[in-house]
This record gives sequence, structure tokens and C-alpha cells, in this order.
Amino acid sequence: MLTDDMKKKIEEECHRCGNRQGACIEAIQTAQTFWGWISDENMEHIARFLGMSPAELDGVASFYNHIYRKPVGKHIVMVCDSVSCWVMGYEKLLDHMTQRLGIGLGGTTADGLFTMVPIQCLGACDKAPAIMIDEKLYTDLTPEKFDRIIEKYREGA
Amino acid sequence: MEKPLTANFRPGEPLSLKEYEKLGGYQALRTALKMGPDEIIQLISQSNLRGRGGAGFPTGTKWSAVPSPKDLPGTRYFIADADEMEPGTFKDRLLMEGDPHQFLEGVIIGSYAIHAEEAFIFLRWEYTLAQSRLKSAISEAYSRGYLGNDIMGTGVNVRVHLHVSAGRYICGEGTALVNSLEGKRAVPHSKVPRQTDCGLWGRPTLMNNVETLCNVPHIINNGPEWFKNLSNSKDGGTKIYAVSGKVKRPGAWELPMGTTIREILEENAGGMRDGLKFRGVMPGGASTDFLVEQHLDVKMDYDSVQKAGSRLGTGTMIVLDDQTCPVGMVHNLEHFFARESCGWCTPCREGLPWVASILKAMEEGHGQPDDLDVLRFHTKHLGPGRTYCALAPGAMEPLQSALVYFREDFERHITEKRCPWR
Amino acid sequence: MATIYIDNKPFEVEEGQSLLSACLSLGFNIPYFCWHPAMHSVGSCRQCAVKQFRDENDTRGYIIMSCMCGVQDGMRISIDDPEARQFRAGVIQWLMTNHPHDCPICDEGGECHLQDMTVMTGHTLREFRFKKRTYNNQDLGPFLNHEMNRCIQCYRCFRFYVDYAGGRDFHVFGINRRIYFGRHKDGPLENEFSGNLVEVCPTGVFTDKTLKKHYTRKWDLQTAPSVCVHCSLGCNTIPGERYNMLRRILNRYNGQVNRYFLCDRGRFGYEFVSSDKRIRKPIVRSEIGDASHTVSSDEALSRVCKILSESPGIVGIGSPRASLESNFMLRALVGPSRFYAGLSDQDTRIVSSIVNTLTKGPARSPSLHDTELADAVLVLGEDLTNSAPMLALAMRQTVRVKPMDLVDARKVPRWDDSAVRKVMQDSKGPLFIASPAPGKLDEIASGTYHAAPPDLARLGFAIAGELSSNAAHVTDLPRDLQSVAQRIAQFLMEAQRPLVISGTGCGSESVVQAAANVALALIENGRKADLCYVLPECNSLGLGLMDAGSLDDALNEIRSGKADTVIVLENDLYRRMSSELAEELFRAARHVIAIDHTVTKTTERAHLVLPAGTFAESDGTFINNEGRGQRFFQVIACRDGIRESWRWIIDIMSEIGRPEVTEMSKLDDVTASMAEAMPAFADLPKIAPRADFRQRGMKIARQPHRYSGRTAMLANVTVHEPKPAEDPDTPLAFSMEGYQEQPPSALIPRFWSPGWNSVQSVNKFQSEINGPLVGGDPGLRLIEPLSAEHTVFFSHIPEALQHRPDEWYFVTLYHIFGSEELSVMSPGIGERAPAPYVGLRTDDAAALGFHEGDLVKVIIDTETQQLEVKIVPGLPMGVAGLPVGLPGISWVQLPAWGRLSTI
Ligand SMILES: Cc1cc2nc3c(=O)[nH]c(=O)nc-3n(C[C@H](O)[C@H](O)[C@H](O)COP(=O)(O)O)c2cc1C
Ligand code: SF4
Ligand code: FES
Repeated sequence: MLTDDMKKKIEEECHRCGNRQGACIEAIQTAQTFWGWISDENMEHIARFLGMSPAELDGVASFYNHIYRKPVGKHIVMVCDSVSCWVMGYEKLLDHMTQRLGIGLGGTTADGLFTMVPIQCLGACDKAPAIMIDEKLYTDLTPEKFDRIIEKYREGA
Repeated sequence: MEKPLTANFRPGEPLSLKEYEKLGGYQALRTALKMGPDEIIQLISQSNLRGRGGAGFPTGTKWSAVPSPKDLPGTRYFIADADEMEPGTFKDRLLMEGDPHQFLEGVIIGSYAIHAEEAFIFLRWEYTLAQSRLKSAISEAYSRGYLGNDIMGTGVNVRVHLHVSAGRYICGEGTALVNSLEGKRAVPHSKVPRQTDCGLWGRPTLMNNVETLCNVPHIINNGPEWFKNLSNSKDGGTKIYAVSGKVKRPGAWELPMGTTIREILEENAGGMRDGLKFRGVMPGGASTDFLVEQHLDVKMDYDSVQKAGSRLGTGTMIVLDDQTCPVGMVHNLEHFFARESCGWCTPCREGLPWVASILKAMEEGHGQPDDLDVLRFHTKHLGPGRTYCALAPGAMEPLQSALVYFREDFERHITEKRCPWR
Repeated sequence: MATIYIDNKPFEVEEGQSLLSACLSLGFNIPYFCWHPAMHSVGSCRQCAVKQFRDENDTRGYIIMSCMCGVQDGMRISIDDPEARQFRAGVIQWLMTNHPHDCPICDEGGECHLQDMTVMTGHTLREFRFKKRTYNNQDLGPFLNHEMNRCIQCYRCFRFYVDYAGGRDFHVFGINRRIYFGRHKDGPLENEFSGNLVEVCPTGVFTDKTLKKHYTRKWDLQTAPSVCVHCSLGCNTIPGERYNMLRRILNRYNGQVNRYFLCDRGRFGYEFVSSDKRIRKPIVRSEIGDASHTVSSDEALSRVCKILSESPGIVGIGSPRASLESNFMLRALVGPSRFYAGLSDQDTRIVSSIVNTLTKGPARSPSLHDTELADAVLVLGEDLTNSAPMLALAMRQTVRVKPMDLVDARKVPRWDDSAVRKVMQDSKGPLFIASPAPGKLDEIASGTYHAAPPDLARLGFAIAGELSSNAAHVTDLPRDLQSVAQRIAQFLMEAQRPLVISGTGCGSESVVQAAANVALALIENGRKADLCYVLPECNSLGLGLMDAGSLDDALNEIRSGKADTVIVLENDLYRRMSSELAEELFRAARHVIAIDHTVTKTTERAHLVLPAGTFAESDGTFINNEGRGQRFFQVIACRDGIRESWRWIIDIMSEIGRPEVTEMSKLDDVTASMAEAMPAFADLPKIAPRADFRQRGMKIARQPHRYSGRTAMLANVTVHEPKPAEDPDTPLAFSMEGYQEQPPSALIPRFWSPGWNSVQSVNKFQSEINGPLVGGDPGLRLIEPLSAEHTVFFSHIPEALQHRPDEWYFVTLYHIFGSEELSVMSPGIGERAPAPYVGLRTDDAAALGFHEGDLVKVIIDTETQQLEVKIVPGLPMGVAGLPVGLPGISWVQLPAWGRLSTI
């Protein structure tokens, strides 16, 4: 169910757009910050709140890569797989990350702490390779640096 | 050398509104409000400012295409395309993080010039730092009366909304962006009717790239002649050029429009890393043709790069060195484009993954002699006019040039049944 | 007109259309997928590429999508250009990279547009060597099968279902090569037009699940032109038969009627033809309630003869679901004065009021296609989605007519679908819906008013009063409603082609008359107004034109003792009168003879039942709500004891030695005789070619030239190939021998053309894309309006509904799936039909202490029944709704006062 807080935020977006469907991406993102991902049931709740059908909303939602329709870990590790990072050897780094976390792209660690996904060019090409964890960017990444970063998240958990 | 766009960049936090004002910030807006829309557009046209989003369309021409309120009364929208997702490109991020008010001022002037009272900044999700800086800049601007109703007592209203996208490269394409803002699937729209007539929610809509807009306040402040003189070529202004890849000092620099590739690579980026040789460069992001050694003295402006067989694009270069596999690099690019295809038209949706599969097979040692024909078939038939939007033609640019300049690499992959670089 | 050069030859074409449509109209073959004649161009598939040249000297040219370019005078294109051909073959190659190549087991095989286009482009060599992507399929309910792996992502399904038909439970999901078309989750597709996906999808993603149960390849189907029997609109259909079984219904294009689409009732309602309730042999029983037994046809005939010859008087009860010919023969048998229409008094009166308005006044009945061209609409008293579904689909297009002005003003070509939608956004032309309860169309209406029928009529009269000083005025209308009436009057007056829709749906003569007044007032003001009435059944208007008495009159005739024998033609009296009166009729009549195809309460009580043919086993004519006479043809040769009803009657008449029938044996004889006897039907014989019509000396073959297994089909019964059934009544033959190409439009048994095996071949049968069929669309209007000086306004304005403390005003509620007698016998339709219920608005239910699902007693007139409560939000206060015709609900004449109580 949508909390009152979510409803209020979504309502503001609707008002800003002057159109309920216009706010649907914001609505989903708002809900996703609370839930981490959007279940079918929640998709229906949001749709109803926006006066859309679940199909209409899901048709939109399934287009975008920052909308998660399956449970994800507490932290999302986004690995830039675009060209500059590739030139700078992100694939080796990915191998390391895969080993270190024990998951491949799209996977979630058993402890539910991390989900690793590929991401389009993060716009940090001059400091490649780069990854982003949740909303924080990490650049000039090396395996050692990655390990240290992950440790910090583990400690924080 | 003047660097209007980046002059106010400083390490750490960007300028606060006060500091920005002290350095002449929002003067251009004051001037513009006095000039009136028609005069602003004239000025921009005279400056020869061309769009920095990739296509290089003359900005003044675009602005004057919006029907006047006399001809078509009612709401109109201004949109800043801050979805920068072209691989290898990071100039707009620097501009938004480095001097958010400069960008905002451009947005406000642009909106005013086309009589738009609502402006949207379409920002990609991953630009979280830019997002927080823009948010505070916007609220500063609101509280100082540069935004909102009755700006500085002139009766002009402009409201700016920051839309954080949910991802996907195609959102940067102007018509797809509009669909996305409307809360729809970001599928491109046909060029009829033109967006300037009928864009967001069916209303006249103007869209510009972040860097384009950052130039606007300076043109207002210093005039079109000054702007033209900044450049080394007939396109006005400076340009943020950037270099990534295995050079000594990857980075971004504001230089006169028309600086040569060599100068950028050697003087600014410090040349190739030790032990590596230059092999090629994509001059303007992932969807531009490779240029090679022989092109190093090409000026980085729209026409010169075009004449050399590529496009200025975003002016952010990706360098290929002699120890990196061109096939692998192109595979990475095509894999990206295949994934980011919106799925609307057949050649792009089905052709790009095929191309990516072939390149992958080559990389893995499963290339076949016929593959080159299939690749050439695609570079021919995914060209402009054959697909619905410019994504697939853009995707074919690096491939088609790689097939010319690095043909033996492709052939070796097939004959040796492996990637010679691994 | 513009001249375009195609491969250097000049052609004259109409401007304002896309190049693709112009080329197809000229007969060129250009492959396409995403373009659809009714849904126009979006340019997604890139299949229709051709080359354009700047001028005569341009030899390089450039590739364009022909669907996305307008025809321009002097333009030069090449279809044959090698590069364009290579590109088109390439598009097929791309589309086929992931296609499963499962044609041998695909229901679409043999009528697949993708197959046709593949052959057309010449793509034969597969170069793609990687893995295909695969999908999971969904359970989409009883009508459609889903096989997503076959999808070629042309987006047509989405564009039809969502954009064209207004469905909201279907979408496109995902991105890049992983695009998915379906529902949010498994479940029946809710839209009433979902079945069109079968024809809209160019390949086998959406296929007919009912066909799947008894599958037959297209080329093994025997087909004939037919007309839908499930509502009054008379959509044209193509039923397909094999092994004496009806296998499916496909759309039959008629430019004036249904054009490209059908509703799900029309498409999937056909299985009643194979129902185990079919009557296949004559049945006799000595008394009601006695055990029955079957007899031979001869035996049955001689029993009928005996009854008739001993009877002092015979009453004939006709039927709005029987053909004109059958009704006419019954009338001939019993004599005009003892022929009754088989409807209640009230229903007879309403239909006759409609007939009079349309034939004796200046208001013209529009064709279904005409209604799509209206630019302002008033619907008075109908829930179109449920009572005349295709008219509801038409309204979804009609509301786009007015906003086309915006599109034209921006110089956006009308065929550029996505551009048109961009310009239009949500703007809709005026459509006002006044009906007893909210309906699905309300979502596209510019205004709605939900009230009891008398109040609806009053609104209608008030609108007419606003428009004309000669029309009766409603003096005591509430102020706000009067201003609604003013608003409606104003938009109707401002329209170029205003349309008023009403009908028998709410059972009110006043509503029908009020609608007439509105149209008449508009006409008086010089407006080109159309008046469209929805009737309940496929031949209601035809029967109305025969001007016969009601069931009550028939009963009186029997009560009076002047007649003791009743012949009931294809009519279940328990659906037309209260069971009390029906029982009385059965008690009073000494002999009841029923002619029908399916067991009903009536046939179960009749002393003698003669097995009739359904539409699939009969030839005949229906008159749809427009007044268009349309011939339907047998697709299954009569077997067992089954005969067309009219033929039974001819046989009876000749058995008793009636002289009129000595020369009568075929359909043409009946139509000729009817034309002579009744001036209203003078044109009846002209509706379709006579039985002796031959094309190139041949009959039209019902079986396609690829029909297979002819000699083996009955090998388990006989090693001799049986002689094909004779067909003395029509120019069609039950054979693959005969004319296989394009016959006169009324006789088109199927759409097929070399290289075009799918339904898309209709392109080849039209005089131009979206135009009439070659030689004119089938059917003939049998009614035309008179000139404006014949305007006579109705003047009886009903009283406003006064609420009664202990009574409820019961109104009709229709259900597309369930309300119609025959279709509901088809399993799929039955599955979608609601259980019987009584509808109440939320607060009324609350006031009574009723909850959704409570079983309550409903007492109306002499009928008491127990029904579950269903909340129907939006019903007017004090008004209860009763679904019409659902199995398990008893007939009562509505609207009516009644009572509600707990059990
Ligand atoms: C596939 C695709 C992606 C694009 N992405 C961006 C983008 O991220 N940012 C941008 O400014 N322009 C992008 N563009 C270009 C825009 O469509 C548009 O031309 C530009 O924003 C116009 O601004 P300008 O005239 O100021 O250059 C993209 C174009 C295509 C075809
Ligand atoms: S399901 Fe059929 S109609 Fe829909 S996109 Fe796929 S091929 Fe086209
Ligand atoms: S039919 Fe023209 S692009 Fe699909």
C-alpha cells in the first residue's frame, strides 16, 4: 500500500505536471525509494492512485532501467560497461567484482546486501573505470579500491 | 584565452548565488528581459551558436521556429536536455556541477525568448551530484526572484521543473525525451509535426542541450561578435572538448571551437600513455566515425570533422590505442546500442543485436568469413532514413569506419579464430 | 489528383493519402506490417521501403518508407529498385531472426501475412546463426491464444487494442529486442473487440482459441458470405466449415458496415451452431411435459398437415431472429391477419415507432460507417458497448472527427497516425451519452446523464424544444438540466454532420420518439442530421417492416377461440412474454408447432418441433438497423432433418396442397413472391445475384482451390467420393469446382488473392484502399427518408419519474456476453457472461441493508425471482437494474415498477 507520505509526494508531482500520467515515472521512483523495488501488487496500487491501469503503468515502467520489478539488495552496484570504461579495462575489474561478491550482473548477494547491474556510461570517462553504488560515484577504480569500498558498506550494514 | 563557460569553475562546491551574482551572474537575464524575445533570438542567430547536443543545429534558427504567441497562443515549453548518456561524454555533467547558475540562467533566458512559462530540465538519474547542485541553485533562484512569477518585477513568469529520468540512453533523443516527460515509454516520435510546433503535451516546445544553453548568457552579455571571435572557425564560441582512453591526462577543457584534434590530444591530454601508440579516435562520442592518424590536424568544428568523414557530435573524444582491440571496442559500442534500442523499428531492434552477436562471436574466436558481409549489410541498411530515429545510424558510424580503418583486425579475428589482442 | 511515376510509368492517384496506400490501390505489391488500412501509418516496421528520386536525372535516389510519405504530384519512385528490394528482404530477415519458424504447427499457417510478405520479398536464405529469444505466453481467456515467440513487433495489436478500441488491460512491455505484447498478468482480455487481434496480428501470436479446439487450415475451410445474427447492426462475416461443423467466424469487409472489424460476440458467438442443444430431427410429444420422440421428416410433415387441415384457425408467430423469407412464408401460410411479430405489445410498438420515423419522415438512418463520420453525437438511452458493440467501436473513431480540424490546421496528414495523435492529444469531439446506467463509452463522452427512461426522454424532448419552436417543449425541467439540453442543442447545431443514436435498449417508446424529435428539429434547421436506432436483433427492423401484430394480439386471438393452433417460428416465447402468459398460451392452444434450430423452453413445450437451419445452414435476408437488406448464404449444407425454416413452410404448404407454392421451391421464388406481396420489399430480389447467376459460366466455389482431402474425407464411411450437395438457392456451390476469383461483392465467400493468403488480401477486393468493394459494397438499403416537409414532431412528453417509497423503478442492463440468446450458448461467451443479478447503486443498497452478493427477492408484475445483489455505481437514485436475457433470469417487461425484499 502507498503510505500517506508517498501519496503526498506523488500528488505534488501530479500537480507539477498538471497531468496524472505525466507524473508516473516520478511516482514509481518515489515509491521505489521506500520499497527498493516495485512488486506487481504495488504496481497496481500506484496505477490506481494515478488513474492508470496496471498494464499502462507497467508498460511504461518496464521500459526504464532504474525501475526494479524484482527484489534487489540493499545497495545497487552499477557497473559502467560503456566504451571508455571498457578501454580502461572494466572487464577485468568486473571479473574481480564478480568473484568478490559472488554474483554476476543482475545477481543479488545471499546476504541481500548488494545487487550488481550494468549501467550506461556514467559520464566519468576521464576517470574510468567507474562504478556507482546507490547514489555515489566511484572512479579510477582498482580491485583494491573496490574491496575497500565494499568493506565500508559491509561495515555500515 | 577566454573560457567563459568554465571560468567560474572551482574545486569543491560550485559558486553560490551570491558569488555568481558578484561575478556578473544574472546580468544577462536582466539585459534579456529588457531586450525582449525577438531581439534575443536575433542576437543568438547572429552569434552562430550551434547546438552542442550532437547535431549542431543553429540555435537561433531553432528558437525562431517556435510560432509566435500571436500565431499560436497558449502554453509552450522549454526543455533542457541534460540526459547526457552518449558513451564517452561528460561535458554537461561538468557544466551542471561546476556552474549550475550559468546553466539555469541560460534556461530562463531561453524560456523567455520563446514565451515559455514552464521549463523542464531532463536530468539523467546517475547525475546525482548535478541533481543536488541544480536543486539548490533552482531554489536559490526562486528565492531571489530569478525564477517564478513576475521575475524581477517584469511580469515575466518562468517556472523550472527538474525531472530525474529513470534511465535509458534513448531518452536523450528529443522526441523520445518528450514522451518520457509525458510519462510514457521513451519511444521517438516522427519529425512531423515539428516539436517547435507541437511537442510536449501537443504544445510548442523547444529543446536545447546543456552546453548550448550555458553559452547563452555570455552571448547576451558580450554580444555575437565577441562570441564569434572566441572561435578558431566559423562556428562561434568555445567548446568543451574532452578525451578519454589511454592518454596521459584524460579530462575536459574549454578551448576555442575549431581547435585541432592534435592540439587537444597532445597538448591538453598529454598524448598517449608511455608505450602506447595512437590508433584512432571517435571525435564526438560513441556514435561518431573513427578518425585516424591522417586526421589529427582536422579542426574540431562541425564542418571540418564532417569533411573528414565523421561528426563533431558532442566533441568528447574516445581514443583507441594500438594495444586495444578495435573489434572488441566496436563490440562494446554495439552491445550498448543494441541494449539501448527502444524496440520500435525493426532494423534497429533486430539489426543491432545481430551485429553485436557477430562481433562477440569474432571476439570469442567464432567469426566466419561471411560475417564481414553481414556487418557491411548492416552499416548500409541501418543508415539514416532507413531507421526511425538517429540511434541506429549513430551506432553504425563507429562500425563502418572501423571496417575501413581496421579491416585487417576484423580479418585476423576470423582467420586466426581468436582475438589477437587477448 | 496527382501524377506519380512508379518505375518510370505515370499513374493518376488521389492526393492526401500515403504513398503506400496509393500504390496498393493501384494494385502494386508492396510488403508492409505496421501499416493497417484502418489504423494508418506509424513507420515502425520499415517493411514498405521504396526508392524515391529527386527528378528524372537522379539515378541514385534514396530509400523512403512508402507508408510515411504523402503522395505528391510529380514524385518519382521505384518499387523494383534493387537496393529497395534488398532492404525489404533485409527487413524480413531481421524479423525472422527470432521468429520460431513453426509454420507447420502454427494456426496462422496458410493465412499468415508474415508468410506472404516473406515470399513477396524473396528472402529465402537465413544468415542469422545465433540463439533466438523466447518468451512465456499468457492465458488470455476463452477467446484468444497467445504465442509470443512468433511476434514480429509490428505494434499493430497494441495500436488496435489500445488506440483504436480503447482497451486498457493490454500494453507493450520492455525495451530493445525484448518487447512483449500482452496483459499485466494472465487473465481474459477485457476489451469487447479483442478478437480482432486474430486478424490484426500479421502472424500467429493471437489466434482464435475457439478455432483451435476444432482446428482446420484456412484452405480446408468451406466458406460463404454471411451476416452476424447477434445484434441489429448486421456485420458481415465469413463463417468457415469443415466436416459439417462450423469452425470459426472471420470478418467480411463491407465498406458501409463493419469494414475491418467485428466484436467478440460476433466472432466467438458462433459455437451455438454446434451446441448439443441443436435440434436435428423432428420431435413430437402428445402433451406438454410428455416424453418426446423423434420422427422422420415425412412423418412430421404429414402430422403437421393433419393438424392444420383439422384446425379452425392457425396463428403464426414470427421472429426477429428469423430471416425475412422465413417470416414471410409463415405469413403466407397463416395469412397476413394471423401473422404476429412475436414480440410483446410494448416492443412491437417501439419497433413500429422506429419504422415509422425512418420511413415516413425526413430523418435518415446512417450506415455503421456513416456514424464514424459524424462530428457531434447524442446517444439517448443506449449502452452501445453492450447493445450494439460495433457502434461503440465506431464512436471511438467518431469522437476523433472534430479534432481533425486541429490536425488539418497544422497541415499534418491524416494518415500519419502518431502525428495525428500528437496533435490531437486528448481532445475529443462532442459525444453526449444519456442512458440509465454508466457504460464503458462514458470515458470518451463529453458529457453524460444517467436517469430513468422517462427522464431521458424528457431531456431529449427538451433538446428538440431548444432546437425548434415547432417541437414540443418541456416546461418543467430542472434549470441545470435545461442548460444541459441547451448545451447539447448548441453542439448539435454547430456540427456539420450531427448524429442522434437511440434505440430499443431501455424499452421506452418516449425515448425513441424524443430522439426522433431531436433529429427532426436539426433537419428542420437545415442540418444534415442522421438518426440511428439500435434494435434488439438481427432482423428486428425487417420484421418491423412487415407490420404485424404483437404476441398479446396473438394470445387474444387464441383466447377468443378463433384459432387453436400456433406455429412458432424461431422464437422462444419465454424470452418475449411473462412465463405466466406463455403458459396460458400453451394451455389455450390445442397444437403448438415450433420451427427452430435449438432447444428452448418453447420447443420443449411444443407438440411438434421441426428442425430449422441456423444462419450457417440457411440462406436468407436480414435487414439491419440501417434498413440495409443483406443476404446470408449457407455454409453448411443441410443434413439430418434440418431445413431452412422457409423451406419447411413451403413443404408444409405444398403438402396441404396450397396453390401458391406449386411454382415455389427455391429462395428466389420466395423473395420474388415477397417483393410482389409487400411493397416495402420490392427490392428484395436485387440484394444479391439470383441462383442462376454464373460467372464465366460457373457457380462460385465455396471451397478454395487448395481444398484438400476431398476424396479422403469420408473414406471411413464410403470409398466413393460423395456428390457435392446441390444448392438450388444460390449461385454458390458446395464444391471446389467453380469460379475462384473475385465474384460480385455480395457473393464473396473468402478473401484470397495470389500471393495474399491472409485477410490482408481484402486490399485486392476493394476499389481502392478503404473504399467500397469492387462493384459496390454488398447489401441494399430498403428504406429511405422522405423530404423535410414530412416533419411531424412527437408530442407526448412523459412525466418525470416520481419516486415511490416502497417501490423501485427497474431498468434494463445489457451485457454483450450474456444478453443475446444464441451467442451465450457458445462456451466462451457463456464463460464471460455474468451470473444473474439485480443492480443497485451503492447508497440505495446501503439504505436497504443489502450487500454485494446478498440473495434478494425481486418482484415485478407477476414475476418473482431471487437474485444476487450487485452494486452498479452510477445508477440513478431509486432505480434498480435488471440484466436482460441472461440465462437464469426471467423475462419481464421493463422499465417497470417492482419491489425488492430480503428472502
Ligand atoms: C539517440 C540519441 C540520443 C541523444 N542523447 C542526447 C543527450 O543525452 N543530450 C543531448 O543534449 N542531446 C542528445 N541527443 C540530441 C538531441 O536529440 C537534440 O538534438 C539536442 O538535445 C538538441 O539540442 P541542441 O540543439 O542544443 O544541440 C540525442 C540524440 C539521439 C538521436
Ligand atoms: S503480437 Fe502480432 S500484432 Fe502484436 S506486435 Fe507482435 S506481430 Fe505485431
Ligand atoms: S508499413 Fe511502412 S514502416 Fe511499416
